[in-house]
Amino acid sequence: MSKIPLQFRHNGREVAIFVDGGTNLLVALRELIGDMTPKFGCGQGGCGTCSVMIDGELHLSCLTLAETVTGRSVETLDGMKQGPNLHPLQRAFADNFAAQCGYCTPGMLMAAKALLDRNPSPSRDEVIEAISGNICRCTGYEPIINAILAVAGGRVSA
Amino acid sequence: MTRHRGRGMASINYPIGMNLGGDPSQALVHSNPSGKFTVALSSIDLGQGMKSVTRQICAETLGVPVEDVYVDTADSDTGPHCMGSFASRGTHRVGNAVMAAAREARGVMMEAAAEELEVNAADLETDGRGNIHVKGAPHRSISTKDVAIAAQFKQGRTISGRGIFLVPLSEVNPETGEMSPATCYAHACLVAEVDVDDETGEVAMIRMDSAYELGRALNPRLVEQQLVGGAWMGVSHALYETPEPYYPEPVHGPRDFVEYLMPGPGDICPHDIAVLERPAPDGPFGAKGPGEMCANPVLPAVANAIFNAVGVRIDDLPITPEKVLRAIKAQGGARPQARR
Repeated sequence: MSKIPLQFRHNGREVAIFVDGGTNLLVALRELIGDMTPKFGCGQGGCGTCSVMIDGELHLSCLTLAETVTGRSVETLDGMKQGPNLHPLQRAFADNFAAQCGYCTPGMLMAAKALLDRNPSPSRDEVIEAISGNICRCTGYEPIINAILAVAGGRVSA
Repeated sequence: MTRHRGRGMASINYPIGMNLGGDPSQALVHSNPSGKFTVALSSIDLGQGMKSVTRQICAETLGVPVEDVYVDTADSDTGPHCMGSFASRGTHRVGNAVMAAAREARGVMMEAAAEELEVNAADLETDGRGNIHVKGAPHRSISTKDVAIAAQFKQGRTISGRGIFLVPLSEVNPETGEMSPATCYAHACLVAEVDVDDETGEVAMIRMDSAYELGRALNPRLVEQQLVGGAWMGVSHALYETPEPYYPEPVHGPRDFVEYLMPGPGDICPHDIAVLERPAPDGPFGAKGPGEMCANPVLPAVANAIFNAVGVRIDDLPITPEKVLRAIKAQGGARPQARR
């Protein structure tokens, strides 16, 4: 099968790779770019741990054809840190004990960031809706919701 | 259609660990020439916080700052043997092994310090900040780092310790059949409040109130985190999860996360938790550990709450809307019980 050249911005940096036709974005990010922060959970769009942002919008990278991001901007958890400092959401997750096994955390953080980017002061219900595509198997939804609300309420700074 | 509010409670005794094969776990502790300590385990931390808790136990036993201890675990090729992270045994079993190993390592550390300070090891104490000094004479002091360097490069001594926890085999009393399968028990009580819809059979969680007695909480934030999350695993067992909804018929089994039901962020309800600490005599610093007990009282409490709400007694898990509805139909309608 012939390879398809692919160019896009990955966390603000131009990248160019060759992918097989049909490769999904999750595999492209993890195996070709080496960004292991989006996780493989179910590969069917059912768990949300592979969530990334494409041109500022939340997407499931496992259901996104890699070819479709040509010329676009992809943000992952890897680009969330601000230099040596944690992003306020990451800080809040740590302070609120919002991770146990941590496998859902990358997707939860991306979903939270997508929400706060378009709605800086969401209600509790809006936070719940924003993360309702993400499964937490340790069922720590309560601390996750509290962490996001803490950032929205301006109670956390990195 | 009516939604019926119901309240149910359950109390449990929960044995920590198990007795089969003695339930052993081992730990090795050694100092590095930098004066920091490594705990070698093969026990798995899958998010429950075992690395944090064993680190605390080791630091406290050695008398050094927690920052000076590193826990290296999860590789059964290189770590000493562990039965595993299950049966709520991590904090208690592995913790005890770490404590024994750290105690032995501390003995060597004090001997090495005594040689450097030219005093008797029995006259020395640690300050918990990385120094060892003569009791009552804090100026006669040496840092753990200097002790480690002296042991390594001058005295030719390994500051290290071995620890194992093993439950003595419990013999069955031939007269009574009695035996002691567990060494310590944790306890919990949980009250669940639910709404049951008598038209759809759906059960919604309204609130939970619980009290857990789990020995000393070595890391209260981690204990709380486990209790919060674990209760929802209990709800999930009670109301949602099964790979075989019509067991023993394998039909209609879920094939993915869309069909396999679990609580989502929209299903959670307020949960008030009280942690009671009654130190266990044989636990590391009195700890038993929360473990699986987080989920256990929820199942009977929810089943009781459903009975209280609509008068049907479902003894088959999970309590799906279909089962609730069939049971309500069979008894000719919802029969709310007295509220207590």
